[in-house]
Amino acid sequence: MSDIVLEARDLVKHFPLTQGILFKRQIGAVRAVDGINLQLRRGETLGIVGESGCGKSTLARMLVGLETPTSGDLFVQGRNMAKVGGAERRRGRRNIQLVMQDPYTSLNPRMTVGDIVGEPFEVHPEVLAKPKRRARVQELLDLVGLNPDHINRYPHQFSGGQRQRIGIARALALNPEIILCDEPVSALDVSIQAQVINLLEKLQDELGLSYIFIAHDLSVVRHIADRVAVMYLGRVVEIGTEDQIYENPTHPYTQALLSAVPVPDPKLRGLRDQIVLTGDVPSPANPPSGCRFRTRCWKAQEICAQQEPALAVRQSSAHPSACHFAEVRDVVHAQR
Amino acid sequence: MSTDVNVKLDALPGLDADALPLEVKNLQVEFRTRNGIARAVNGVNFSLRAGETRAILGESGCGKSVTAQAIMGILDSPPGFVTGGEIRYRGVDLLKLREAQRRKVRANRIAMIFQDALSALNPVFTVGFQLGELFRKHRGMSRADSKVRAVELLDLVKIPAAKQRVNEYPHQFSGGMRQRVMIAMALALDPEVLIADEPTTALDVTVQAQIMSLLAELQRERNMGLLLITHDMGVVADVADQISVMYAGRVIEEAPVREIYESPSHPYTKGLLESIPRLDLKGQELSAIKGLPPLLTDIPKGCAFNPRCRYAQDACRRDPVPPLYQVAPSRSSACHFWKEVKADV
Ligand SMILES: Nc1ncnc2c1ncn2[C@@H]1O[C@H](COP(=O)(O)OP(=O)(O)OP(=O)(O)O)[C@@H](O)[C@H]1O
Ligand SMILES: Nc1ncnc2c1ncn2[C@@H]1O[C@H](COP(=O)(O)OP(=O)(O)O)[C@@H](O)[C@H]1O
Ligand code: SF4
Ligand code: SF4
Ligand SMILES: [Mg+2]
Ligand SMILES: [Mg+2]
Repeated sequence: MSDIVLEARDLVKHFPLTQGILFKRQIGAVRAVDGINLQLRRGETLGIVGESGCGKSTLARMLVGLETPTSGDLFVQGRNMAKVGGAERRRGRRNIQLVMQDPYTSLNPRMTVGDIVGEPFEVHPEVLAKPKRRARVQELLDLVGLNPDHINRYPHQFSGGQRQRIGIARALALNPEIILCDEPVSALDVSIQAQVINLLEKLQDELGLSYIFIAHDLSVVRHIADRVAVMYLGRVVEIGTEDQIYENPTHPYTQALLSAVPVPDPKLRGLRDQIVLTGDVPSPANPPSGCRFRTRCWKAQEICAQQEPALAVRQSSAHPSACHFAEVRDVVHAQR
Repeated sequence: MSTDVNVKLDALPGLDADALPLEVKNLQVEFRTRNGIARAVNGVNFSLRAGETRAILGESGCGKSVTAQAIMGILDSPPGFVTGGEIRYRGVDLLKLREAQRRKVRANRIAMIFQDALSALNPVFTVGFQLGELFRKHRGMSRADSKVRAVELLDLVKIPAAKQRVNEYPHQFSGGMRQRVMIAMALALDPEVLIADEPTTALDVTVQAQIMSLLAELQRERNMGLLLITHDMGVVADVADQISVMYAGRVIEEAPVREIYESPSHPYTKGLLESIPRLDLKGQELSAIKGLPPLLTDIPKGCAFNPRCRYAQDACRRDPVPPLYQVAPSRSSACHFWKEVKADV
C-alpha cells in the first residue's frame, strides 16, 4: 500500500464576488486557495503556516470535505474522492477528521459530552452498534485524559483545554487515520497549550495517526511538525522538513515570517537577523502578477512581476521554494 | 478658557515631579457577582519609571486587564470595586482625588491601548475626526489646527498617505493599521505612561513585529513608561526591562528580564518557561503545568498555586499566603521555597 495517505493536486477554491441583489452578477472571485499540491505521509505531521487570510482554513475545509473544490483533485488513500462511489466516499471521509480552533463555540452547549463525542456514530451508524457506544465514548474520554464519569456533563462545565480534549475525543471516535487540526491550541493559555500538544503527540504514537497541523504560531509548529508548508495568498511558497524550513529557509516570505517570531530568551535580543515587512497582504481577490509576494519583497526584480516562480527545488534551495532568487538565510539564531 | 492642562495638574495636592510616574501599591479589586465575590486583584504591587518597560505577564483571568482598568478608572462598576490600595501618579494617589481631577490626570498623563482596536474606535466618525477631537476637547484647538495635528500623528505612527487616510473610517483600515491609529490616539496628549493591554495578540507575527518596534521607538523618543500587559513570553523577552508575573490576582514573582528567564524563582514562572516551545530549538520536551488556574470565587488556602505545584509542601496549603520574599536586591518571589526552586535547574 502507498505511503501517502492524503494528497491534494492543484486544489483550488474561489469564492465568487457578486454585485446586485436581484440579478447577481459575478464581478470577480476571492482566490482563497489557488492551486495547492500537498502530500501527507503515513504517521507524519505536516504543519501549515502563513498569515491570516492566506487560505489555511479554506484548504482544511476542502481536505475534510466540508467545502467543494472549485477545481483540482483530492486523493484519500490513493482514491480520488470526486470519482469514487457514495459508499467509498463516505468511508474516505470517515478517515479524515477535523479538530477546530475554538473550544468555546465548536461544541453544542445543549448536548452532553457523551452525545458530543458519540455524535459521529449517528452519522456513521455502521461503525459501531448502538449498545456498544457508551462504553466506547468512555474509553475515548479516558484516552484524551478526561474523567469517563463526566460523560453526562455539559461543555460549559469544562475549561478551554478540557473542551479541546472533548473535540479531540470526538475526532477520534470513528478511528480515523488522519486528523486535521486547524489552530487547535491557539485559543488556549500557555500552560494548557502544552498539555494539549503533549496529548496530540501521545495519541499519534499510540494510534499511528497522520496529522495536518495548521497554526499561526511557528514555534508550536516547529515543535510538532515533521514537514512544514508555508502559504501566502492561496499558494504554497516553500515546503520542506522542519529542519529545512527553520534552519535553512530560502523564500523571502518564510524568512520574514520566522524573523518576526520572538524567542523567549532575552539574551538573544537584538542579535537575530530582523526583517520588518512593510505593507499589508494584498487582497486575494486581486493578487499581484508574477510572484504574489513581490509587493512586500525587498529582493523583487523585474522578472518577479512578469514570471510566476514555480515551487521547485533549485540550485540554491535543496527543498521546493517558489522564488526566482531563493537562497538560505538564517533568521532564527543569533548572528555573530 | 485656559486650556493648558499642565497648569492645572501642577496644582494637584502632593504632586512631586521627582516621584515615579506610576506606582501601584497593594491594589485590591473585587467583583460582586451572583455567584459570590470574585477577588480579581488581591494586592498587586509594582512601579514604573520613565522610559522603562514593565511587563505584566500571566494567563487569562489572572487579573491583568482588571489591574489596568483600575489604573485607568474604567473598571466596570458595579460589579467591580477597588477595595484597597493606592495608585500613585508622581506621588499623587489617584484613588483619593476628586473625580474631575482624576479624569484630567488620566486623560493627559496616562493613556491606554487595547487588544481590540476596532471596538475602541468609533465606527461612525473618521479617524481624523476622532484624533482631532482629543485636541479640541483637551487643548481647545480649532478644527483646522486639530486636523493638522491628526495628520502629524498618523505620520508619527507610520501610516502611509496620512493626508488622505485621515479622512477614512476605522473599517477601511487593516488590523495592524487600526492598532497604529489607536497608538496615535493614545499618544496624542503626550502621556508619561502608556498602558498596552495585549496590543498585538490579535495580529499576525509580521504585524506584531512592526507594532512592537513602533512602540519601542516612540517610547524611546518620549521617555515614556510602558506597562505592557501580555501572556507572550517571547514578546516579553524582546522588549521588557522588568517583569511582574501574576497568578490568581497577585504578583507572584518580580525581576529584571534576564534574571527571570535565567533563574525563575517561583514554580509557576518556571512552569511557564518549561511549557513553551522555542523557534530556535527542536526536539524539546514540553513539560506542561498540570491542572487549571483556580476560580477567583474560590482561591485555594495558603499559596493559590499549591494544587498545581510540584514543590508544594504542607506549609503551602495553610494560610497565610506566602509573602513576597526578597530573592535579590531587585527581585522577589511569593514562594516559601524559592531557594530550592531557583537552585533547581
Ligand atoms: N465563504 C467565503 N466567502 C468568501 N470569501 C471567503 C470565504 N471563506 C473564506 N474567504 C476568504 O478566503 C481567504 C482565505 O480565508 P481562510 O479562512 O482560509 O484564511 P486562513 O488562512 O484560515 O486565515 P486565519 O489565519 O485568519 O484563520 C480570505 O480572504 C477570506 O476572507
Ligand atoms: N465586568 C466583570 N464582571 C465580573 N467579573 C469580571 C469582570 N471583568 C473581569 N472579571 C473577572 O476578573 C478576573 C480577572 O480578569 P482580567 O483582568 O480581565 O484577566 P486577564 O488577566 O486575562 O486580563 C477574571 O476572573 C474575570 O472573569
Ligand atoms: S520571486 Fe522575486 S518577489 Fe518573489 S519572493 Fe523571490 S525575489 Fe521576492
Ligand atoms: S509556596 Fe508552595 S505551593 Fe506555592 S509556589 Fe511555593 S512551593 Fe509551590
Ligand atoms: Mg483559519
Ligand atoms: Mg485581559
